[in-house]
Amino acid sequence: MENVYDVVIIGAGPAGLSAALYAGRAKMKALVLEGSKVGGQIAITSEVANYPGSIHDATGPTLTARMVEQADEFGAERVKDSAVSVDFTGNVKVITGEKGTYHGKSVIIATGATPRIIGCPGEVELTGKGVSYCATCDADFFQDLEVFVVGGGDTAVEEAIYLTKFARKVTIVHRRDELRAAKSIQEMAFNNPKIEFMWNSVITDIKGEGIVESAVFHNRVTGEDTEIFAHEDDGTFGIFVFVGYDPVSKVFKDCVDMDETGYIVTDPQMNTNVTGVFAAGDIRVKTLRQVITAAADGAIAAVEAEKYIVHSFKE
Amino acid sequence: MIALDKDTFQQEVLEAEGFVLVDFWSDGCEPCKALLPDIEALAEAYGDKVKFTKLNTTGARRLAISQKVLGLPTITLYKDGVKVAEVTKEEANKSSIEKMITDNAL
Repeated sequence: MENVYDVVIIGAGPAGLSAALYAGRAKMKALVLEGSKVGGQIAITSEVANYPGSIHDATGPTLTARMVEQADEFGAERVKDSAVSVDFTGNVKVITGEKGTYHGKSVIIATGATPRIIGCPGEVELTGKGVSYCATCDADFFQDLEVFVVGGGDTAVEEAIYLTKFARKVTIVHRRDELRAAKSIQEMAFNNPKIEFMWNSVITDIKGEGIVESAVFHNRVTGEDTEIFAHEDDGTFGIFVFVGYDPVSKVFKDCVDMDETGYIVTDPQMNTNVTGVFAAGDIRVKTLRQVITAAADGAIAAVEAEKYIVHSFKE
Repeated sequence: MIALDKDTFQQEVLEAEGFVLVDFWSDGCEPCKALLPDIEALAEAYGDKVKFTKLNTTGARRLAISQKVLGLPTITLYKDGVKVAEVTKEEANKSSIEKMITDNAL
């Protein structure tokens, strides 16, 4: 068989790029399947302030660009392709992509997670028409307009703060009566005069002809439904959704062990239940999904993959 | 690809005959930048059937909203100045854009 990589890394977020860096530096022949874009979640994050050393110009895109450069420098190959199916049963693992088939002595799954949707009527139809999951992409459309941010975690509150640079008013819509975000982030939000809160509330319907014109807000305590319409002069408002993530693991179903929500189960060395197949980053069952834990996972997975190859592929 | 602005959009897109593809992007949109090489490749392949253009929405916000574009990336296909198809966000990838072109313009 020609062109067998030591490790095929599926995904090019912080976990995949960190694995690529460590694998490349260990002189492993490494390939990264980067899908349609590199960087993963942070590629669309406005600010990454909690990754050590990431202080100046600490946006997601700049951090991503530096990670890519570093992985490239150590010789990891990258290809714009996504895994469509995998066969992990053999000694050499086979990954079939949209553009080609790739063979690896080991595999690191680092496909991460993708933003979850609200799941209400109108949401899908009006995505890119006022409904957004990417503040850095779409914020400037809402210059001087009103914006609703759905969610109460770190991402929701941080992106709400970012959106105040553009929007006239930002209302955080949260299904509970208190935020889940870190206290320091909460404080910034509470002190921001442009941010208001709508507690115990969820959006149940989004309406509009071609663009968002109104939305129905359901109060979970009083049971009341309120439809809010865009101001006549505005014509529209924004709905930014940050209500958590779903794992991107469908391709690996029945190939490796997962929990009931689709996150991949590993041991502390990032081994899945299949020998030679590792998982790293947000795709794993873990308690803290952050850039730093993803990068750490990637490093461990690459080192363990190297050990595995040395043991299992003696020539 | 022709780089449009709010002054040339009317003439190059809305008053143009035939098919015009507009890539709506902005300075802050990383997915847009990642997609650009794919669109340039499609421009190579289909440039004789469709006029390929791009609009930086930073500084052309009102224009974008008038075209009901409030999210990026959005790739819109016009025929004789009328919007006939569009892909946005996660749907905006090379294969779906190519399908939009082959379904409508060939």
